[in-house]
Amino acid sequence: MELTRRSAILLGASAIFVAGLPKIGAAATGDDLIAEFTGGAEVGEGDLKLVAPEIAENGNTVPIEVSSGSAAEILVLAMGNPTPSVATFKFGKLAASRAASTRIRLAGTQDVVAIAKLEDGSFVKASSTVKVTIGGCGG
Amino acid sequence: MISRRDFMQTSMATAAIYGSTGFGNWARLAAQQALTQDKLLEFDTFGNVSLIHITDIHAQLKPIYFREPEINIGVGDNKGVVPHVTGADFRKLYGINDGSPSAYVLSYEDFSALAKTYGRVGGLDRVATVINSIRSERPDALLLDGGDTWHGSYTCYHTEGQDMVNVMNALKPDAMTFHWEFTLGSDRVNEIVEGLPFAALGQNIFDAEWDEPTELFPPYKFYESGGVKIAVIGQAFPYMPIANPGWMFPEYSFGIRDERMQEMVNEVRSKGAELVVCLSHNGFDVDKQMAGTVEGIDVILSGHTHDALPEPVLVGETIIVASGSNGKFVSRVDLNVQNGRMMGFRHKLIPIFSDVITPDKSITALIDEQRAPYLDALTEVIGKTGDDQLLYRRGNFNGTWDDLICDALISERDADIALSPGVRWGPSILPGQDITREDIWNVTSMTYGEAYRTEMTGEFLHIVLEDVADNLFNPNPYYQQGGDMVRVGGLGYRIDVTKPQGSRITDMTLLKTGEKIDPSKTYQVAGWASVNEDTEGPAIWDVVEAHIAKQGVISLDPNNSVKVVGA
Repeated sequence: MELTRRSAILLGASAIFVAGLPKIGAAATGDDLIAEFTGGAEVGEGDLKLVAPEIAENGNTVPIEVSSGSAAEILVLAMGNPTPSVATFKFGKLAASRAASTRIRLAGTQDVVAIAKLEDGSFVKASSTVKVTIGGCGG
Repeated sequence: MISRRDFMQTSMATAAIYGSTGFGNWARLAAQQALTQDKLLEFDTFGNVSLIHITDIHAQLKPIYFREPEINIGVGDNKGVVPHVTGADFRKLYGINDGSPSAYVLSYEDFSALAKTYGRVGGLDRVATVINSIRSERPDALLLDGGDTWHGSYTCYHTEGQDMVNVMNALKPDAMTFHWEFTLGSDRVNEIVEGLPFAALGQNIFDAEWDEPTELFPPYKFYESGGVKIAVIGQAFPYMPIANPGWMFPEYSFGIRDERMQEMVNEVRSKGAELVVCLSHNGFDVDKQMAGTVEGIDVILSGHTHDALPEPVLVGETIIVASGSNGKFVSRVDLNVQNGRMMGFRHKLIPIFSDVITPDKSITALIDEQRAPYLDALTEVIGKTGDDQLLYRRGNFNGTWDDLICDALISERDADIALSPGVRWGPSILPGQDITREDIWNVTSMTYGEAYRTEMTGEFLHIVLEDVADNLFNPNPYYQQGGDMVRVGGLGYRIDVTKPQGSRITDMTLLKTGEKIDPSKTYQVAGWASVNEDTEGPAIWDVVEAHIAKQGVISLDPNNSVKVVGA
């Protein structure tokens, strides 16, 4: 069990986030961004893989990877961040590999969500909970 | 035609019968007062492959006492199933008689009395005798070390792991995986691993900068044994930079990475592996979940959570073997592998009764050679335990060793509250036994043992307890880190293990006043084993030694300050 500067900052951040909620009701939430991306279309499960660590080694730089055989676009969101938008990857028709990896910053334990728009116009979703922890006390 | 599944179940049944026979043997032998080395090692060699598993030695070269946990709570799907079964329930499950040698080494009741009857356990010179005996029956048996080997004692600290490396090299392991080794710092780990005469495996050990596999720690290695092509895949502790100070090994990244584990299994199968063994430091519940996710692993040799199980646990077609800690047990697993399939197994958890198993003289000499330069410091008596005072640590909440360490922190560092890490290593001390400097180091030694003193608000203390509780009681094992609950001194609380993070811990009380902890008030907190760089304070072993020396005879008040609900 440990107290890191990181976690202190995170605690501060989450407190601000909570306190700020009523005021930022008009700002884009993760759900708003999903609705905007899909145009309200139904989102299923299918040809989309999201790889993220179960517990982040460092919440400031969390490696994630998305891949799909038939995606035209993949939207990545950190649902619990003050600004959930992370990235949108676009793949051309000739793209040999429709995969992308990046590192993202997470303001605490939350779901990372990927939504892919497939070439046939349908939408699929993949989600993974990434825990950001104080750490310490290993066996 | 009999399917592989039928075979597995048949062999499981056979093994269960064998296991309880081998097991019952200890119990009967106890009744007959005839525990002998031959009986302990008795094994009807089976099939064509033998695996020898030892794990979580924590640098215990010499025989020790080690009490198994009284409280080991499972949550979610693991509630009430092994390894989350202790004491009388455990004995009933495996048909172990009260007061038998099995009861002594596998459960906790009457520990002090049974310890006086059956003596110390472990000692790598005794382990050597067991390994040699197995090799005399099966010369190409594979010896696999699950890690947490180069950590946990005075000599290991002062030689930066060299004492353990020297002794383990003499036992000639075939492969090893890792956890606490990395707390020696990456430069030292790299230096040792570069010179190791056996494989250092970890499919989940990655270069942190590039998020790519490393050359120093390959994912797997092939072995030829009994005409069978065996692949051993390593799985290091997944949460090292979180549970331990990541700044000591910033070049490395870990994680469970079960997708890659599946890729590695597929790769070794495509290269002709007939038997796939995973040498794991995941912890038991994580291994169970991984066995249900990754297809094609025949055997998982499980470490980290220090569980000792008399029989393997079967998940699908994978057997999981748990071999205890601190040199107390060695597992032997014989396998019959035919046409690329595991058709059956026979297993024995061999307890290392140090008074029964003859030490290997050459290894005794080698161990004594490692200790010789430090012998005066090691053997200095600092205090002793009272006639009713057993010191132990293992269990989800405070053990008596933890209470003593927390008392030392509060009195030596003048604090309201003490926090001590929920680690699972550390031998026990019997009532009326001298406490030497070595004994103190056995429960405190680490490369980041500074005893800090800091201020924390009540709110922050609550967050700390909730955070650690979720590492232990999250219903999804992949989110658990495998330690126990942070130990507390001067603080009481209630924990409901069934609740989600943030609402498990209630009724936090400052014991010295009996007042509820005020979220906005600031408290003086002393602790040790911070994962933060630049933590300052005296070494925890010096703090504990000073406290014990002042006390002379250790006699602790019973600790009833934690109320557990939902177990």
